[in-house]
Amino acid sequence: MAEVLIQGGTVVDATGRRTADVLVVDGVVAALDNAIDGPSGARVLDAGGCVVAPGLVDLHSHLRQPGREEAETVESGSRAAALGGYTAVVAMPNTEPAIDSAAVVREVLDLGAGACCDVRVAGAITKGRRGEELAPLGEMAALGVRMFTDDGAGVQDARLMRRALEYASALGVLLAQHCEDDELAEGGHMHEGDWSSRLGIPGIPTEAEAMMVARDVSLAQLTGAPVHFLHLSTAMAIAMVRAAKAAKLAVTAEAAPHHFALTDELVASYDPVFKVNPPLRPQSDVEAVKAGLADGTIDAIATDHAPHAQEAKELPFDQAPPGMLGLETSLALALNELELPMERVLALLSWQPARIAGLSGQHGGPIAEGAPANLTIIDPGAVWVVEPERLASRSRNTPYAGRKLTGRVRHTLLRGEPVVMDGEAQR
Amino acid sequence: MRHLLSIADLGGDGIEEVLRLTDNFVEVSARAIPRVPALRGKTVVSLFYEDSTRTRLSFETAAKRLTADTMNFSVSSSSVNKGESLRDTVTTIAAMGVDAIVVRHSSAGVPWQVAKWTDASVINAGDGWHEHPTQALLDCYTIRERRGSLAGLRVAIVGDVKHSRVARSNVLAFSTLGAEVTLVAPPTLLPPSLSGWPVAVSHDLDGVLPKADVVYLLRMQRERQTEALLPSLREYTALYGLTRDRARLLGDDTLVMHPGPMNRGVEIAAEVADLPRAVITRQVANGVAVRMAVLFLMLGSGGDLG
Repeated sequence: MAEVLIQGGTVVDATGRRTADVLVVDGVVAALDNAIDGPSGARVLDAGGCVVAPGLVDLHSHLRQPGREEAETVESGSRAAALGGYTAVVAMPNTEPAIDSAAVVREVLDLGAGACCDVRVAGAITKGRRGEELAPLGEMAALGVRMFTDDGAGVQDARLMRRALEYASALGVLLAQHCEDDELAEGGHMHEGDWSSRLGIPGIPTEAEAMMVARDVSLAQLTGAPVHFLHLSTAMAIAMVRAAKAAKLAVTAEAAPHHFALTDELVASYDPVFKVNPPLRPQSDVEAVKAGLADGTIDAIATDHAPHAQEAKELPFDQAPPGMLGLETSLALALNELELPMERVLALLSWQPARIAGLSGQHGGPIAEGAPANLTIIDPGAVWVVEPERLASRSRNTPYAGRKLTGRVRHTLLRGEPVVMDGEAQR
Repeated sequence: MRHLLSIADLGGDGIEEVLRLTDNFVEVSARAIPRVPALRGKTVVSLFYEDSTRTRLSFETAAKRLTADTMNFSVSSSSVNKGESLRDTVTTIAAMGVDAIVVRHSSAGVPWQVAKWTDASVINAGDGWHEHPTQALLDCYTIRERRGSLAGLRVAIVGDVKHSRVARSNVLAFSTLGAEVTLVAPPTLLPPSLSGWPVAVSHDLDGVLPKADVVYLLRMQRERQTEALLPSLREYTALYGLTRDRARLLGDDTLVMHPGPMNRGVEIAAEVADLPRAVITRQVANGVAVRMAVLFLMLGSGGDLG
């Protein structure tokens, strides 16, 4: 019997908050009470001053495998995730080859076996993510894939997207959209506005995001199928989702930490570490993302963790690939930048994304006797400085280098096994 | 001054200092042997990732007139074609012991990246659509030469501002020296936002010309008509070209300027480019002296102008 006693913490989950020790036996929560006497031989994890929460769930990680192992692997990415408090991540399909077939789904799931967190897969909506023909959604769904997206690009063809939504509704899976009208965004490398104009960098207008959100809200209405909007970054798009929810359409949305923590002014350094897609936006959009997270328009914080090798991020700004690291900093950024109580932050990082990903049975659920022990123990007062060299990712492209953050993961348990103890990965 | 990346690095005082020093180098350039030993033993490399004849030659001439050693790194004959990264190229050049790197690149911001990777001084010789500070300095010098000062002058910058590094640097430089700048262009050739730019905007060239002290024409690139920015070059010329007829609207003292290379018959009529008021070749001549001043300010020990 593997026994772990989490001692002295405050349990916070969707049902509320209480002070309790948590005893985990064989991967399952066995007892929840004040001052549990651990069985002899139990590993004791100190949770004094800490929050004991359901593990975080990331709807949006680029683990880069297969094909870009120099930037990240399932192993290194899942280690970064566990250190960030995640017990499950959804790996995006823009790999090489794309995750657009049962064979590649199997490969990534196999790579995830024994990783520091559960690795789920998002399949591509179209073959090769080319936006032309449907990928075998049913074959991938049969392997447990619950979410599909061509992320990195939006499905441009409205008729194809309509068919995909109709087809997917019979499989009980969720289609997620990278909202960007390619024609309008063509050639852009940052947010189009005051800064792009000054810096002489071609811009991506706000409307490139909003136009696709508007289209897909219409398609959700037409098909009755649910649509999830990935990494929303603009006030205009968020207002559209708010209206769609008021009209009782089955839409959900996520936002990435960099869209509430950073603005497009940072591009003035011309450092490609600040290049990301959707691009960093002005302060007014940052405020809209925060408001959307606060009022429930946006259901989840998703990292869009996008590792890139050093040489890729040393290219000229307009040649460098978009993307930034996120898994190890998202929780602290949410705690520091959003003026929300711990319960709300955890809802956005844990149980709400777990529900969207179809993982509620395993992740994000209330901490109660018999529940799977996928847990994270957070020290909300721990102060730390982001040092790129000390991150677990294979890549170093964090835009937060040198930033002082408050709040850090102390321990993470995956099915009762401490995969992170005292801030150190155990696998 | 460590680097010259943007006109904003100089500010008003810095621009004035360069222009004052340029007077000396205009005089040097007029000598029978136009050469001073001010930068003997210094090495200046031109690192050009984009075709440029005039700017590269102007910098090389400036460096040679200061007795600096020059090296020329152009993409076509270099290891860049073998896949070498920008950073490795810069590191390699720096390892040879150079004092200044003059950078031209089609991507905005590259000189900022280069400056991070070398101890040498970096001079921006044009980065994408962003800036071309020495062009702005030579334009300021040329205007001052003819009009004494830029303060209160009305300058019209006409044409493809959106894609123009010359326009971005000149808006900063002209306005810093007190000129009133008006941008004249179709909306498709203006930046998406002009918030915070010290400029007025007009789409009516005929209305602007009679009041202008300087008309600064930008090069119109032929590919703009294939990007749906313009119906045709012919229509551009009809609406925004400085044609012979339009040139009659100009005041007696109004200067006509162009950064080159010109598309005669598109943004400027051939006859207009050859009028005495057109100071286009004077801009080129002053370019060498201005670049001597910039190199001297960055690398010189001060004072020794031979």
